[in-house]
Amino acid sequence: MLRDEDRIFKNLYNDLGADLNSSKKRGDWTNTKDLCEKGRDWIIDEIKKSELRGRGGAGFPTGLKWSFAPKEVGSRPHYLVINADESEPGTCKDRDILRFEPHKLLEGCLIAAYAVNSHKCYIYLRGEYYNEGIELQKAIDEAYKDNLIGKNASGTGWDLDIYIHYGAGAYICGEETALLESIEGNKGQPRLKPPFPALVGLYGCPTIVNNVETVSVVPTILRKGSKWFASLGKPKNTGTKIFCISGNVNKPCNVEEEMGIPLKDLIETHAGGVVGGWENLQAVIPGGSSMPLLNKEISEKITMDFDSLVENKSGLGTAGIVVINKDQDIIKCFARIARFYKHESCGQCTPCREGSGWMWRILERMAKGEASREEVEMLFDVTKQIEGHTICAFGEGSAWPVQGLLRNFKKEIIKRNNFDPLIKSNKDIPYLVDQHLLEKDNAQNKS
Amino acid sequence: MSLKKISKDQPDKFEFDQQSLEAAKKILSNYPKGKEKSAVMALLYIAQRQNNNWIPLSAIKYIAKFLNMPYIKVYEVATFYSMYNLSPVGNFHVQICTTTPCMIRGAYKIVDVCKKKISEKENVLSENGNCSWTEVECLGACINAPMMQINNDYYEDLDIKQSEKIIDEVLMGKKPKPGSYRGRINSEPENNRKTLLDLKNA
Repeated sequence: MLRDEDRIFKNLYNDLGADLNSSKKRGDWTNTKDLCEKGRDWIIDEIKKSELRGRGGAGFPTGLKWSFAPKEVGSRPHYLVINADESEPGTCKDRDILRFEPHKLLEGCLIAAYAVNSHKCYIYLRGEYYNEGIELQKAIDEAYKDNLIGKNASGTGWDLDIYIHYGAGAYICGEETALLESIEGNKGQPRLKPPFPALVGLYGCPTIVNNVETVSVVPTILRKGSKWFASLGKPKNTGTKIFCISGNVNKPCNVEEEMGIPLKDLIETHAGGVVGGWENLQAVIPGGSSMPLLNKEISEKITMDFDSLVENKSGLGTAGIVVINKDQDIIKCFARIARFYKHESCGQCTPCREGSGWMWRILERMAKGEASREEVEMLFDVTKQIEGHTICAFGEGSAWPVQGLLRNFKKEIIKRNNFDPLIKSNKDIPYLVDQHLLEKDNAQNKS
Repeated sequence: MSLKKISKDQPDKFEFDQQSLEAAKKILSNYPKGKEKSAVMALLYIAQRQNNNWIPLSAIKYIAKFLNMPYIKVYEVATFYSMYNLSPVGNFHVQICTTTPCMIRGAYKIVDVCKKKISEKENVLSENGNCSWTEVECLGACINAPMMQINNDYYEDLDIKQSEKIIDEVLMGKKPKPGSYRGRINSEPENNRKTLLDLKNA
């Protein structure tokens, strides 16, 4: 287990208070000026050496991302945007950072803004986090009052203004270009990439978009040194990470642990074990609902880091771990996830808009045992039609969980849905009609 | 993208009152000159707050004029995002998260409580007209599942009995105490903490 002194978020459970004075006692804002005075190149270099990877899901190296921002400010100003639109089912880590460690985030904003030459920082907060927004605004006001941000922020000679922009309940706005569209006052529909936001982002200006957790760990990394951070975890998967363990566990919780910790340790030690014991485990979603599930055999020995999860055809994503035990109907669980994606698809690309609804409807029928044998293959085909055929990664995010289900629980699905398609025995079904709506009537007519 | 029902009863006129106007001006100063359009989401919130939790079409027109935007652009935003209510929801808008992490911990039992106590169908006002309920997607409090949101507050770690009590209070027009209903502190593992113990005892 990670030693307490190596934990970055010491106030994860709010034992110490989130206000400025308590935060300063924990070491926030102590030598921000010195850190900035070492220069942009030093900051970016340290972050590169620490091998910090973005904590928002994709795991892109943060130092590298920052280095994409133009070195000199041209005619267009630079922007820093913090992605606090946390809506991935199973994930609730940013909420606790916003509530209890807002000053870590703000200090990180200053350092990041300094590194990428930005005078303005927008924090895109999901609209449901209204109370967290109030806490964050309180922290921003405190920081302005203490001259930590604003004009000549922390004595660095750099001006920085931080604003909160509230979202309004659209999951897709967690995608960085959709988020930028949303700040600009449009529907949150992702843009085509390239150009990437680092060159053409908010208002057409160079913009760096980072997750809350990524930015919040930056000050501590610079203070304790990149070597310290890189010594934790595994090579290329360094540092610590907040894991959210929810679902059928005895003690659901958030906990900061080293990257590469065995999944079983996380569940057994911190979350009090699976409800009904480890033997009762059915499946684990390791990284928020977009990541394919792991079956019990893999969960037994998998370690939680980007690379080993990818090797097992899943991903770390946001590290929102959802534990599903054998008391649950696994098909129903994934039908509900498919409904989530159907609801949240922004409607821009046809494969995703239509396909997410198809997947949901097929899975709903499969849960009830009303689908035919051949539809299992058809469902897989639908996921393949979506994956890779959309502007943003939402397509993959909606298709992967279903593929994971089919990979691991095909037998269960077929057992429940093992009959020939009704169309074979009933020839007078009109062509081009939503077949599944008719099937019930036909089934009744037949008997 | 959620399906939205736009209310049939629309007020003829909408205007920001003094308080809303000040809030709107403050928001506008957050964005660069010429990019006032960015404030549209915040202004819709302000209108919603002023107009008893929902946005009439006249408010959308008003905001379009206010920001010098085409009406359809504001309408697009108001219908795209799920948190803008385009028909009355009552003083207390109960939203129950039923996405998988909440579902497997019993969120649909809370839905049943709402069906029984508030109204048989989603988005329909209760008999006394001060409350409605709806199922929503993940609210980002998965470790505190099952949970619901009433207006701006989260009610966490619920069971049937407690949700019945909460809904009863809401129906009487009282605001229940937000937070965890199992007495746990924030997101810590209940009685099972293995980390940061020195700080807890300090």
